[in-house]
Amino acid sequence: MDVADPGRFFLERFGLSDRALEQVLGTALDRRANHAECYFEFRMNQTASLEDGVVKKVTRNVSQGVGVRVLAGTRTGYAYSDEVSLERLEIAARTARFIAEEREGAPPLPVPGVPRAPHDLYALTEPPIETPLPDQVALLAHLDAVARATDPAINNVLAGLGIEHRVVLVVNSGGVFVGDVRPLVHLTVTCIAERGQNRQQGTYGGGGRLPFSALTDGRAERFAREAARQALTNLDAIAAPAGTMTVVLGPGWPGILLHEAIGHGLEGDFNRKGVSAFTDRIGTRVASELCTVIDDGTIPLRRGSLNVDDEGTPTSRTVLIEKGILRGYLQDRLNASLMGMPLTGNGRRESFAHIPMPRMTNTFMLAGQDAPEDILRSVDRGLYAVSFGGGQVDITSGKFVFSASEAYLIEGGKVGRPVKGATLIGNGPDVLRRISRVGADLQLDEGIGTCGKDGQSVPVGVGLPTVRIDGLTVGGTQA
Amino acid sequence: MDLRDLATELVARACAAGARAADVLVGESEGLSVTVRLDEVEKLKRARQRRVGLRVFVGNSTAIVSTADLSSGALEALPRDACALARATVADPHAGLPDPADLAREQPDLDLYDAAIEQLEPPAAFARAREAEAAALASAAEITNSEGAEFGGDGGQVAYASSLGFAGAYSGTHWGLSVSPVAARDGAMQRDSWYTAHRKLAALDPPAEVGREAARRALRRLGARRVPTGEYPVVFDPQAAASLLRHLAGAIAGPALYRRASFLLDRLGEAIASPHVTVEDDPLRVAGPASRPFDAEGVASRRLVVVDGGVLQSYLLDAYSARRLGLRPTGHAARGFGDAPGASPTNFFLVPGPHSPEAIIASIGAGLYVTELIGFGVNGVTGDYSRGAAGLWIERGEIAYPVEEITIAGNLLAMFRGIEMVGNDLVFRNAIAAPTVKVERMTVAGA
Repeated sequence: MDVADPGRFFLERFGLSDRALEQVLGTALDRRANHAECYFEFRMNQTASLEDGVVKKVTRNVSQGVGVRVLAGTRTGYAYSDEVSLERLEIAARTARFIAEEREGAPPLPVPGVPRAPHDLYALTEPPIETPLPDQVALLAHLDAVARATDPAINNVLAGLGIEHRVVLVVNSGGVFVGDVRPLVHLTVTCIAERGQNRQQGTYGGGGRLPFSALTDGRAERFAREAARQALTNLDAIAAPAGTMTVVLGPGWPGILLHEAIGHGLEGDFNRKGVSAFTDRIGTRVASELCTVIDDGTIPLRRGSLNVDDEGTPTSRTVLIEKGILRGYLQDRLNASLMGMPLTGNGRRESFAHIPMPRMTNTFMLAGQDAPEDILRSVDRGLYAVSFGGGQVDITSGKFVFSASEAYLIEGGKVGRPVKGATLIGNGPDVLRRISRVGADLQLDEGIGTCGKDGQSVPVGVGLPTVRIDGLTVGGTQA
Repeated sequence: MDLRDLATELVARACAAGARAADVLVGESEGLSVTVRLDEVEKLKRARQRRVGLRVFVGNSTAIVSTADLSSGALEALPRDACALARATVADPHAGLPDPADLAREQPDLDLYDAAIEQLEPPAAFARAREAEAAALASAAEITNSEGAEFGGDGGQVAYASSLGFAGAYSGTHWGLSVSPVAARDGAMQRDSWYTAHRKLAALDPPAEVGREAARRALRRLGARRVPTGEYPVVFDPQAAASLLRHLAGAIAGPALYRRASFLLDRLGEAIASPHVTVEDDPLRVAGPASRPFDAEGVASRRLVVVDGGVLQSYLLDAYSARRLGLRPTGHAARGFGDAPGASPTNFFLVPGPHSPEAIIASIGAGLYVTELIGFGVNGVTGDYSRGAAGLWIERGEIAYPVEEITIAGNLLAMFRGIEMVGNDLVFRNAIAAPTVKVERMTVAGA
């Protein structure tokens, strides 16, 4: 399949012409509509799963389709179909423009300009989708051996490799005609450790917009050993403490704190509607002055990166919080134009079957000055959390949670016994003010994050240096 | 082409391409959903999807392929691709279709389809959403904003065929209406939502009622505070209690068991919950949200008592996990088009007890009434449980004030065994449903 040119790829695949697309946009762009757009997508996804020491299951899925969107004021009309033909596109266009016809008076809106050119962040000479299946199978079988070799208590290993190849094309009434070819690879290893009646699991993984060879370079083996180590560590875990205490977060994946505590609350849609706990707080202090938080979709090869977002806008680096002061929101086209703010390249969607929304890309805090050991040493009694499961936030009240899957007590400035997983809960506009130390050890996560919003999942990244939070509620059982 | 014929045809082609056995799932659906916000039209979305999923067994090696490309060329290539992929995997002696003796012999009509879907047009849909949101906004001056009201319906057909000679199809519709108002007081905002969902349009709760309930839920959260950390009895409202049933279903699903990744491993016949707890799964419930005449492998659907008076009576099994565990499938195979079947509950519910919710609250001196849980702090392997919670504080048997930014923690096995009271207020609002439940004691972490 030749997808070097997404435009030609789709037009040939569906037997369409440039002229036909103009006609469809013309149909969609009713006299009261501001904007019409077609989003074409082709996605091939392959998975291989290891269980009981062997790869017993392989899946390959192809999805394709088109979504037609019409914007009129605050209104969105959307119609999609996985059957793509001129006839279907015309039907979709007429359906989508219904919202523009439904009532008089949609005020015309300026279309924000896009000063940037698209990036080229993941042009791979060996796209991972072309990896021979036997190579994938061999890697997974090897990881089983690596994980089991760490300790006899490891009695089951599950490993999954997922490779995706996505081609998108955005054509809109503003003259945008831009495509993107997006590779994505993802490897997860889960180990079950069993000692007597005590069973625990550990999970580790990562990936990105990477060639397969980036995993076979020792990285995959490290994932397997980490998953095993985490399962074994949890065999010794004692009950987690309950109550408000000092919490130190390790570097990397614990950056999920930023994603939940402030990231979602800074998405344009919630702020335009005035339903975010951060509404109308630009220019005010929302974090300690040690905190500078960035969302950056332009980091090469990262899971959360994109050359252009799903509205065809080149991605960018957006400063969300600068030395504690709230600076900006993340925008898609609809909300940027309604708020009179610049496009940031954060208009994303799960697939052609979904309406774009403002979403994060790679969200992280810049490094500070402190050595991580000094930060731990500064805590007399608290919790040190290094790995997390998922998180969630209530945008309106600002309350967020994220769940530790590997954590330790801190006693007298030293890392002590491992404790069972526990949920940490806090208040978004408040938690970053309590950050009293920021480490010099910024790390981005391994490439494992998936963000869910309004039923849509998109790949994202997070990053964090070691930080100390003076007072966060830890939801253990040891009151 | 008729979907069942297409499925049967693809099975035959897979066998001709070298598969020992094969099965095919085909589906198509169309839907419309609309959103109104602050009385203005906000969104209209029309969907149309078709998909085919093919599973092949070449010898005892398995592969699954699926596509949305139903062109004749793509369907021609699909069986060949699937067989080639299967040859790259390792044979598994447990792989294969179910025992023919377990297949559904009858395909009962469960009244899952509502022809009103064929007349669903945007103006009527917007009108319902508007009415619901307007009722929420009119409820109180403190309802100051809204995330909108959404109304939608979709309808479609699913067909399944396998090389055992099974072929079946059924149609279904889903309707839903939800409202998410925002309440504000003293600069603090609270959002909550309420919904109604059913197979039949006429069976939805009236829009104004949904809106008023959503407003009531948002308003009662205003002024929420934290409570001191401690151990307290915890009452789960029906929505929150249903989440406990989801954790139960996950722990008794076949794949979690043969992988030894469940805290309910090897506990068949044991008391895993208090004697007040009886849980059933009923795929044959007429017009039930998750009802179906047969499962995703053609196995007969039947009503099953999963937990009887606290004793675990059955797991939820697909053919593969049943074979791994030396048991028979229970008719709970469920799959997406592009993946192998796992095991999932259908209409899964906690049988109501004798107590009114008011009596349950009245039984508590100081404790928590949970109305919302957030986060993913549930470990299915150990049963360890720690989630963010919001709700109402109970003092001397009465609701005292709203609480938030707290967690509740314990272990699911201890929580199930600690269920002291089960309410009489079961409503089948969703496929997984429970009445109000009181758990004797959990750790509440707060200030």
